Amino acid sequence: MAERSGELRLGGLSKRFGEVRALDDVSLDIAPGELLTILGPSGSGKTTLLKVVAGFETPDAGSVKIDGTEITSLPPAKRDIGMVFQNYALFPHLTVAGNVAFPLEMRNVARPEIGRRVAEALALVELGGYDRRLPRQLSGGQQQRVALARAIVFNPRLLLLDEPFGALDRKLRETLQLEVRRLQRRLGLTTIFITHDQEEALVLSDRIAVMNRGSIQQVAGTTEIYERPANDFVADFVGESNIFHGTVTEVGSVTLESGRRLLIHHPAGVGSRVGVLMRPERFGRGANNFNGEVREAVYLGSSFKLRLACDDGLELVVRQPAQGSLPTPGSRLSVGIDPASIHVF
Amino acid sequence: MTSRGFLPALPALVLLFAVFIFPVARMLGFSVEGGTLDWYAKALGEGLYLQVFWNTFEIALLVTAVCLLLGYPLGFLIATTTPVWATMGFIFILLPLWTSVLVRTYAWMVLLGRNGVFNRWLIDIGAISDPIPLLNSFTGVLIGMVHVLLPYMVLPIYGAVRRLDPALVSAAQGLGASTWRIFWRVYLPLTLPGIFAGGTIVFVLSLGFFITPALLGGGKVMMLAVLIEQQIHQTLNWPFAAALSAVLLALTIGVYSLAQAVTRQEAEP
Repeated sequence: MAERSGELRLGGLSKRFGEVRALDDVSLDIAPGELLTILGPSGSGKTTLLKVVAGFETPDAGSVKIDGTEITSLPPAKRDIGMVFQNYALFPHLTVAGNVAFPLEMRNVARPEIGRRVAEALALVELGGYDRRLPRQLSGGQQQRVALARAIVFNPRLLLLDEPFGALDRKLRETLQLEVRRLQRRLGLTTIFITHDQEEALVLSDRIAVMNRGSIQQVAGTTEIYERPANDFVADFVGESNIFHGTVTEVGSVTLESGRRLLIHHPAGVGSRVGVLMRPERFGRGANNFNGEVREAVYLGSSFKLRLACDDGLELVVRQPAQGSLPTPGSRLSVGIDPASIHVF
Repeated sequence: MTSRGFLPALPALVLLFAVFIFPVARMLGFSVEGGTLDWYAKALGEGLYLQVFWNTFEIALLVTAVCLLLGYPLGFLIATTTPVWATMGFIFILLPLWTSVLVRTYAWMVLLGRNGVFNRWLIDIGAISDPIPLLNSFTGVLIGMVHVLLPYMVLPIYGAVRRLDPALVSAAQGLGASTWRIFWRVYLPLTLPGIFAGGTIVFVLSLGFFITPALLGGGKVMMLAVLIEQQIHQTLNWPFAAALSAVLLALTIGVYSLAQAVTRQEAEP
């Protein structure tokens, strides 16, 4: 399959639905071959953004460019963008081969070439031999692969994936996520992936754009998003977190609103207001100590998840490796965290 | 079925027997009175009566075709337009359905007559100089029957279009299909069951239609039901009327079974 991957530039996109700002001045550049995830809760505007890119919505302002060509007002049929829909949207009256051949037929590709390319695409998603089946005779995972084959068979410049794993069970979801990742890398296909599942976003992406209320909160690589979130929303939405606010009282030390002092590893100036983030799994030993009572303890297989009510009034979520017996609610616990493990924003 | 499950259905079964099975059996009895099949031989053997069968089929087929041509766009429009327009469309379709066929047919007589609204209007605008015979004609019967039967075509098509997942249309657009191709490749094949259901209902109802052809045809357009009525009221030949009715019943059942068989085949993988 020929590589013809596009570079996507979104500039100042805005879209209102009545009083609701679905998109509020969204700008984003996606490099050729990159897999960028748009992560956000429902109503964050991520679906609207996808529709604007695909051409199903026209933005009130801003532009969409692929490889420097403006496509903002081009109808979907003329955009050459492959898309996998939430529920796959396979044509129920066409066979697997018929579904995959559809975009080629629309482009008036010659019969023998259609046959060759359909077979090639089905082989890529490991569905060779299924070409005569109807969609309803396939499992959810197989349907998803057909949808993927149909979206890539015509060498699109861009691939859009709209929460494609939502309807699958966990095990299958993980397998398919890795498969999509492999395929995307192999074809070098510029891809936008939409999801509300932060774990999925971390597994798949080169970069993640976190969206909330119609605007992009942060665009960064996966570790950056997790380790160094830009604000409360990102910190809270991606992963489990303990977030507090305070004032830097001397360099390297912050006094939280509760009065508790924390040692930090950050050059913020005295008097500045900051947020601090402590990931639950980073607790262990460290210069900052917390003593308190276990309120809730959950066994999660590889770890214990504990809710700790500290004597100084803070409440923390702590993860500990599952060794020994699960602490009982009411028991005393002491944990620490290294200043370098505290993210300040 | 257990005897207990059978019991609640008993009143309905008794009623069905009394008003349907028994009369039909009696009718079939009439048709072979005296132990001969002569009346059937007459119905199916004489050119005059075969012509009536053919007429009936022709009209039913034409009515179905016209209903489909008018009904598909209408059902499609109502299924895809805004709720306000959809409600308006429904009112216009259902209101006639709730009005008596007799009333509607008389209304058409007023409209289609020699001095009716249509002819006067056509003369006024200078399109014709002499009134065209709309009433007591094939055209009149066709217009009246299409009007009465159109809702039966529109409603199943509306249902089929509504059942279609809008994501399929988006998918087709995204994959490069023009509006025209979306219609041929997505809408049409997926609404075929609705077309088939509507077509079957309209065709079957047309086969046995009486009031409209009787009043708008004025005896000049002979359909099977009209012929049967004549045999009963004018010639008083009840055995022959019964034989004609039996043939009509058999034809209807035949058409219906055929439609069912095709639909079932469509539904199977």
